[in-house]
Amino acid sequence: MTFIRRIAAAWLAVSLLWCLIETAPPARAETTLKVVMHSDLKIVDPIWTTAYIVRNHGYMIYDTLFATDAKGDIKPQMVGKYDVSADKLTYTMTLRDGLLWHDGKPVTAEDCVASIKRWAQKDTMGQKMMSFVKDLVVVDPKTFKIVLKEQTGLVLPALGKPSSNVPFMMPKRVADTPASEQISDFTGSGPFVFKKDEWKPGDKAVYVKFAQYKPRPEPASALAGGKAVKVDRVEWRAISDHQTAINALLAGEIDYIESPPHDLLPVLKKDANVKLVDSNPLGNQYAFRYNTLAKPFDNSKVRQAVMVAFNQKDFLEAVIGDAAYYKVCKAMFPCGSPNSSTKGMDGYLDSNFEKAKALLKEGGYDGTPIVLMHSTDLAVLTNLAPVAKNLMEKAGFKVDMQSMDWQTLVSRRAKKDPPSQGGWHAFLTSWVAADILNPIGAGFVNASCDTAMFGWPCDKELESLRDQYARETNPAKLKALAEAVQVRETQYPTYVWLGQWYGPVAIRKTVDGVIPAPATVFWGIEKKGS
Amino acid sequence: MLGYIVRRILATIPVVTVVAVLAFLLLRFTGGDPAAIIAGDSATTQQVAEIRVKLGLERPIVEQFVIWVGRIARGDFGESFFFKKTVAELIRDRLEPTAALAVCTILLAVSIAVPLGVVAAAWRGTWIDRLVMGFCVLGFSVPVFVIGYALIYFFAIELAWLPVQGYQRISEGFGGFLERLILPSVTLAVIYVALIARITRTSVLEVMGADHVRTARAKGLGAITILLRHVLRNAAVPIVTVIGLGVALLIGGVVVTESVYGIPGLGRLTVDAVLARDYPTVQAVILLFSVVYVMINLLVDLTYTFLDPRIRY
Repeated sequence: MTFIRRIAAAWLAVSLLWCLIETAPPARAETTLKVVMHSDLKIVDPIWTTAYIVRNHGYMIYDTLFATDAKGDIKPQMVGKYDVSADKLTYTMTLRDGLLWHDGKPVTAEDCVASIKRWAQKDTMGQKMMSFVKDLVVVDPKTFKIVLKEQTGLVLPALGKPSSNVPFMMPKRVADTPASEQISDFTGSGPFVFKKDEWKPGDKAVYVKFAQYKPRPEPASALAGGKAVKVDRVEWRAISDHQTAINALLAGEIDYIESPPHDLLPVLKKDANVKLVDSNPLGNQYAFRYNTLAKPFDNSKVRQAVMVAFNQKDFLEAVIGDAAYYKVCKAMFPCGSPNSSTKGMDGYLDSNFEKAKALLKEGGYDGTPIVLMHSTDLAVLTNLAPVAKNLMEKAGFKVDMQSMDWQTLVSRRAKKDPPSQGGWHAFLTSWVAADILNPIGAGFVNASCDTAMFGWPCDKELESLRDQYARETNPAKLKALAEAVQVRETQYPTYVWLGQWYGPVAIRKTVDGVIPAPATVFWGIEKKGS
Repeated sequence: MLGYIVRRILATIPVVTVVAVLAFLLLRFTGGDPAAIIAGDSATTQQVAEIRVKLGLERPIVEQFVIWVGRIARGDFGESFFFKKTVAELIRDRLEPTAALAVCTILLAVSIAVPLGVVAAAWRGTWIDRLVMGFCVLGFSVPVFVIGYALIYFFAIELAWLPVQGYQRISEGFGGFLERLILPSVTLAVIYVALIARITRTSVLEVMGADHVRTARAKGLGAITILLRHVLRNAAVPIVTVIGLGVALLIGGVVVTESVYGIPGLGRLTVDAVLARDYPTVQAVILLFSVVYVMINLLVDLTYTFLDPRIRY
């Protein structure tokens, strides 16, 4: 009996203690937005890597000189005013008042020049822009000049580019870090401060509101405008399991999921406390990439046959399924963006197998099996390769589809070995539309042989068109050049664009103010009832 | 005894060496290039090559191995390829959740399984026995993640009694710490309850038929006394062995459970590091697990001497 009494007393004590813990008032009433991003934050240098999670981290803590607004126009962001000389060879930029680094020191022109230099070592658009630059000159603490050797329309689009690598501004002492090394000082001048001491990779990354941040006066518009922060703290929680993240959102343990998988959207739609918000109007674009070094894809007729055999709907249906979240778009530059056009696309992407067979014959295809790399671990990519295999086989290709995880694919695609010896012929991937808005930014259009992206296309005409695009400043002529690139792509295909898809963010109904933008941003967001 | 312990500890050196060589080589021969992963999707071949140089991956494998072993000899596990943190720091951060989950699971499993096994043996052939054994078959058969999702659905979403996911450090409050460990521990404990209960039942049944138990009964001792003093102690050796093995199996179970419950422990670290081909982290975690495994085996062997005085080393 004594033993039972002791047990009962202990149980009572534990229960009372529990009640005390549970009913204790919160220590502080700050607003914390708990978010599950598409990936865990592992690297924290947005210049060192092009990974989208790091780009999003960059938008939290850094600011940009220019930014892309909701219409796709480039607007000043850190720059207060800028002036272009009559000969269009000198851009004078003056920083707006009140810009401070997170350590309280003022942002200077010297910081910006150092940041541009570091970014331009890594970013392809930055490299192209710098090929036109004669000098970067600091005029005074708030003003600097970009002096060009010859005219180019790339300066503002490059400095205001929305996606990786984004030219984020860093203090000079940080920007002086060689581009081949990661930074270890995370001082920015953006709307949030990164809490390095609370960053636990695999668990959470924490950002707090930068109280001294001075937003632009105009309302936020995509990545431009006033970055007014309305929560005290944002926590990126690393939950790798999609189902667990969804369950946590339903239970109110988190407020925001950046990329819920499409097959779980019906579960979220049914819940009265959750809403789905389309936060990225341009969305993403699927792509089939050839290895132009490997026979038979060294022959453009054979590559054209693929383009003729494919149709976008089959791919989009197989992966996304819900027509509300995809768009058939024959334009290589995303539908809804300034360079979008269907010029030259008649007869392509219509699954005309007879025409594809004729092209194969013309190209002398000898039945060599096409090594198609199939990534199996990313839901938004998994079903693409089987569709490609099916359509290619209908056109007369032999296809050897090899399944692997995405990271193995990423490593293998860098190899130039013959496909039979560990190399590859083709794979499928997805681009964030903001990365492929023009022929300079779109990595797969680069046809500069060895220095091009994996697949290594080599075409003087494409390169000439890209070069003309880089030099052009007239918007109408830019569009015409983008169309010419598209037409050339149908003659010398470097990849096949397979339609646009969209992924909504899932948020609790207590959260409001999500700003539609090509990258996920957290200014403007409010959390009610907290 | 002391000599035995020293010999066993020394014997871990070749074991850990073999593990280190295998872990190092298998990682290198597995497809995947950390430099390409770090560089991101839009990186050029040149950028990937630059990162490879930076990480020292362009060096011959033998040279890489010698450098790594040299560092370990100095107690330095290197720096993660991805996180700007040392591997030791990463492991230190992740140790508490995994250790807490493992300890809770084992305590829960043993405290439920041993009585269940004894009850099943004591009422052998009855509906109680069949019920316990039925539960054991179920516990073995249902995958950990299914149990996890089912428990989350009922207890976290439908009833809202417990949180869906996450981990709270013990230093941040015992209530939250315990609250977040209940579901993962129960999930992970199910299979061990099944395993230990079955072994306990078999072992107890075997001892119950032994001569010394018959003698104890003949002496007129009570059933409880016989069970506790004469049966359980003699049946303990195989039970302890299975518990020791269970701890090793736990390492695999922790990986799944930590993913399902979003617990930032060593299991998740291992999965993330393997997927990202973060060689220094994977190598260090495998070494750590192998040392833990060897030490648990040693502990189990030493426990035998306390349970059965006839066993001497």
